[in-house]
Amino acid sequence: MANNPIDQFRITEIVPIEVGGLNLSFTNSALFMVVTTALVATFLILSTGGRGLVPSRWQSLAEMSYEFVANTLRSSAGNEGMRFFPLVFSLFMFVLFANLIGMFPYFFTVTSHIIVTFMLSLLVIGTVTVYGFAKHGTKFLHLFAPSGVPPIMYLLVTPIEVISFLSRPVSLSVRLFANMLAGHITLKVFAGFVVSLIAADGLGAIGPIMAILPLLMTIAITALEFLVSFLQAYVFTVLTCMYLNDALHPSH
Amino acid sequence: MATTSAETQTGTVVPADNLPDTFPPFDGTTYASQILWLAITFGLLYWIMSRVALPRISGILEDRRDRIAGDIAEANRLNDESNAAIAAYEQALAEARANAHGIAQETRDKLKADVERRRAATEADLAAKLSDAEQRIQDIKAAAMENVGEIASETTTALVESLIGKAPTKTELSKAVDGAMK
Repeated sequence: MANNPIDQFRITEIVPIEVGGLNLSFTNSALFMVVTTALVATFLILSTGGRGLVPSRWQSLAEMSYEFVANTLRSSAGNEGMRFFPLVFSLFMFVLFANLIGMFPYFFTVTSHIIVTFMLSLLVIGTVTVYGFAKHGTKFLHLFAPSGVPPIMYLLVTPIEVISFLSRPVSLSVRLFANMLAGHITLKVFAGFVVSLIAADGLGAIGPIMAILPLLMTIAITALEFLVSFLQAYVFTVLTCMYLNDALHPSH
Repeated sequence: MATTSAETQTGTVVPADNLPDTFPPFDGTTYASQILWLAITFGLLYWIMSRVALPRISGILEDRRDRIAGDIAEANRLNDESNAAIAAYEQALAEARANAHGIAQETRDKLKADVERRRAATEADLAAKLSDAEQRIQDIKAAAMENVGEIASETTTALVESLIGKAPTKTELSKAVDGAMK
């Protein structure tokens, strides 16, 4: 890898595929998507294989993830929200594992690409919109005209609500993308400082000693990034749950 | 459009000639591939989660909940049973105690009656003997009295005879003796 902190986000082709002028190659990004899916599926299926009444450590971990996401969904969207549980759970696990896998040096971070996070956000907003209209018909539009507001205020409130609704996929995807991107760039920059200081000719013996500072910073940021990996997956999930709540109960 | 990472040894960034200048996340040429593979992998993940993993975990959790509820119900049932057994035991104990008390009372009463009866019999016996004895004393006394009269008569006869030389008549004699004995 190069020292350029941007290089880690570069997409390289592994199996070139081109269909009708579209580049659909199997890339390193696609590889890590496969790895993410495979890891999540393997973890959940192997750990629950024993179906133990008293769970093993791994089964306990699988059950904890299940309960964690289920509680998050239930607390923001109620019991009706549980119909979306497979979607919310898949999103949480996919984002969490993609973030965590990205923490390994030289591994590609799937969620550091805006198109991936944007597609996941579109999936959420698409589900909310389609389900909202299918379930409530035009009543779903009450989302943009909250009750208990003086009629004249609708002139102001409705555009705000529409903008807020439309900005949701953007904010949802940019939040995750930017966090992962910025974190990895910061890590790379500080790690690069360590190498540069050690290799610097002009500093002599002081260089390696000074290199300790960015090294400590790198360690601290690594810990922080693990936290961010989990936190961003959780935030993505919580916001998904809240948006799904709108689809279930559009009149607030 | 194959891209390769730029390998540098010096620590200075030297972009390779074949690298695009765009910031990778904003490189639109990679979008189609990423969208396709995301759809494939995430679709697969969703399918596995909703068909296999989640039903299995929820099954495990449900089984455990049922098992715990069942165990608690069973424990409650056993507890009720043992409580009933304790109540039955106490009832039996109380009954036995009452029985024992009854038997003791009965025995006491029987013994008391027995003693009473024997005492009465003995007393009656004694009373009979006493009255017998009294009767005998009476008889003896009466007999003695009779003898006293006779002796007095004989003595009086002998005295009178020796005094006046003539025996008193029987009528005079008995009159005098009876008068003296009164």
